[in-house]
Amino acid sequence: MVSEDYRVMWQELGMDLDKHDEFLAPVPQLYHDLFLAQGNRPASMEYFDFVMSEVHGLRVKELVEFKQAGGFVAGTFCVYVPDELVLAAGGAVIGLCAGAQYPIPAAEKILPRSTCPLIKASLGFRLERICPYAQVSDFLVGETTCDGKKKMWEIMNDYGPTYVMELPQRKDEVDRELWQAEVRRFKDYVEGQSGRAITPDTLAGAIRLVNEKRRALQRLYDCRKHDPAPISGKDVLLISQLAFFDDPQRFVAQTINLCQELEGRIERGEGVVPAGTPRILVTGTPMPLPHWKLHHIIETSGAVVVCEETCTGTRYFETLVADDASTLDAQLEAVAGRAMQINCACFTPNDGRINDILRLVREYRADGVIYYNLQFCQTYSIEHYLVEKALQQAGVPVLHIESDFSEEDTAQLATRVQAFLEMLG
Amino acid sequence: MLTAGIDVGSTAAKAVIFEGGILNWAVEPTGWSPREAGRKVLARAAATAGVRPDQIARVVGTGYGRMTLDCADKVVTEISCLARGASFALPDTRMVIDIGGQDSKAVLIESGGRVGNFAMNDKCAAGTGRFLQVTLNSLGLDLGALPDPGDVEPVRLNSTCTVFAESEVIGLLAREVPLDRILAGLFKAIAERTAALAGRLGAVERVTFTGGVARVPAMQRALVRALGLPVAVPEEPLIIGALGAALIASTL
Repeated sequence: MVSEDYRVMWQELGMDLDKHDEFLAPVPQLYHDLFLAQGNRPASMEYFDFVMSEVHGLRVKELVEFKQAGGFVAGTFCVYVPDELVLAAGGAVIGLCAGAQYPIPAAEKILPRSTCPLIKASLGFRLERICPYAQVSDFLVGETTCDGKKKMWEIMNDYGPTYVMELPQRKDEVDRELWQAEVRRFKDYVEGQSGRAITPDTLAGAIRLVNEKRRALQRLYDCRKHDPAPISGKDVLLISQLAFFDDPQRFVAQTINLCQELEGRIERGEGVVPAGTPRILVTGTPMPLPHWKLHHIIETSGAVVVCEETCTGTRYFETLVADDASTLDAQLEAVAGRAMQINCACFTPNDGRINDILRLVREYRADGVIYYNLQFCQTYSIEHYLVEKALQQAGVPVLHIESDFSEEDTAQLATRVQAFLEMLG
Repeated sequence: MLTAGIDVGSTAAKAVIFEGGILNWAVEPTGWSPREAGRKVLARAAATAGVRPDQIARVVGTGYGRMTLDCADKVVTEISCLARGASFALPDTRMVIDIGGQDSKAVLIESGGRVGNFAMNDKCAAGTGRFLQVTLNSLGLDLGALPDPGDVEPVRLNSTCTVFAESEVIGLLAREVPLDRILAGLFKAIAERTAALAGRLGAVERVTFTGGVARVPAMQRALVRALGLPVAVPEEPLIIGALGAALIASTL
């Protein structure tokens, strides 16, 4: 039941309540079928179930109160954008990437249909006024990771201030310098928005906090390296998605709590699936909330997802910011340096990603790789050719799947995933 | 051991009764209920083979409707079944190309009829049986009774999108382009799309062409031209998936 307080809050945030109701209506049933109905779930998932059940309620209320107490909220769309600077200036960061089909028809009134669904959904939420996080954000931060996003920000800016960071496309010295300058420019912007200066102390605190969050996620992922896997891929995907929304401190504590339970399972040799269940590594484009389709198909076809080489996976947490710098200048350099170690298909060349995938296949003992990209995502869909070649040379079976947030192709995808699993034998 | 394979596709349901070889087979339109179609086609295949349903030791279901079959002991995807069926029908086969109602597939076969790799069309009907059907509809033709265009110069269809191709064909008719050239162009477009799909798997050799569309001689010729290779067509290309299912059933 939605409390009346939330409806008042949503109204004050300028949301379209009727559409919001319609959008949320199927979620409890879907969540039950996909998550709660799983067998043998870790008890500590209860916290994340609660966060999910309150995803448009309690967490939004916290942010509204945070703003009333003088804070501000930045909405971001990419793991390259440094959360640390927003936190150091006394703000909160929310990852706004959208993974829902609902707002796409609205976006298609403006954007070409042949645009990546993530871009369409992100703008669509803004147009339909059904995402409380977009509504509560004081400003949005875009970046130039692809042509579609780059042009979409210009339209998004009509619906709220949208700051754009220029991400280089190569990782040479001149590119690193550009990104350093962009990080410094962003610092000035954030300071201007908040009216608060970022100091070496506040930035050190923010670097520590975000690193802690990354370490907690790494520890969670480390648990999945064991056979039998102690937790389903779907549950970990959900946690990764919630990492973009939840209060970082509380999220860290609860994730560590879950890790302790999982480490107990590992010690006792217990798994969420039997030992020997086929282990799948998923690589490709992000799966923002509530895009659970592929994981659900894989895990209801007799396999378990053990790792995601995606922005809602290892790319989000594997690289830390060096925390030994003492001057603001050196800290900013460290913050910028982290991003330049993340291997996204928007860079050329991008051999680092191939090396990451080969390493992750070994670390997580994956039997096969499913290369997933959203429809119309050129960089990832073209890069598939090189990744597949490298994996085949290494003797790792790989399946390429291109899809979107809709449910129409579920049966066809299930056939492909099941045939792939039959092939793994 | 007496076994059966049922392949419930988007357009037709097929069943094969098997014991060392094909005893008999049947085909039924799938209609609105894949479960009903599966039950019906199995009963008919059993009756024509002269066996009672309770004599069938194992049943394997495949095709898009496989999950609805309550008479199957196991379900297996059509990819694995095509590989098994084709390497039984034509033991030399290294690749199956299947143009089905809602998707087309290329399957690379390893020893023992195992799947080495496969490719399927993405979220789009272009190059599938549905594409052919929709476009034939706009020509007032039926897949079952097609005139053979012979060796005419195929018209170039710029688009292999189902929706665009339909309007393109209407445009060609308005320009009074002869029907046989349009038909030949249509087969060529599908064949080229399918050859590109097969090419994703690397080496294309010793191809077996299956699915309902494989029965159309002009389509066979177009595929041979697009691949630049001879193509084998089994006696009954429609039932290769069901045959593979019956073979897998005999190893359960």
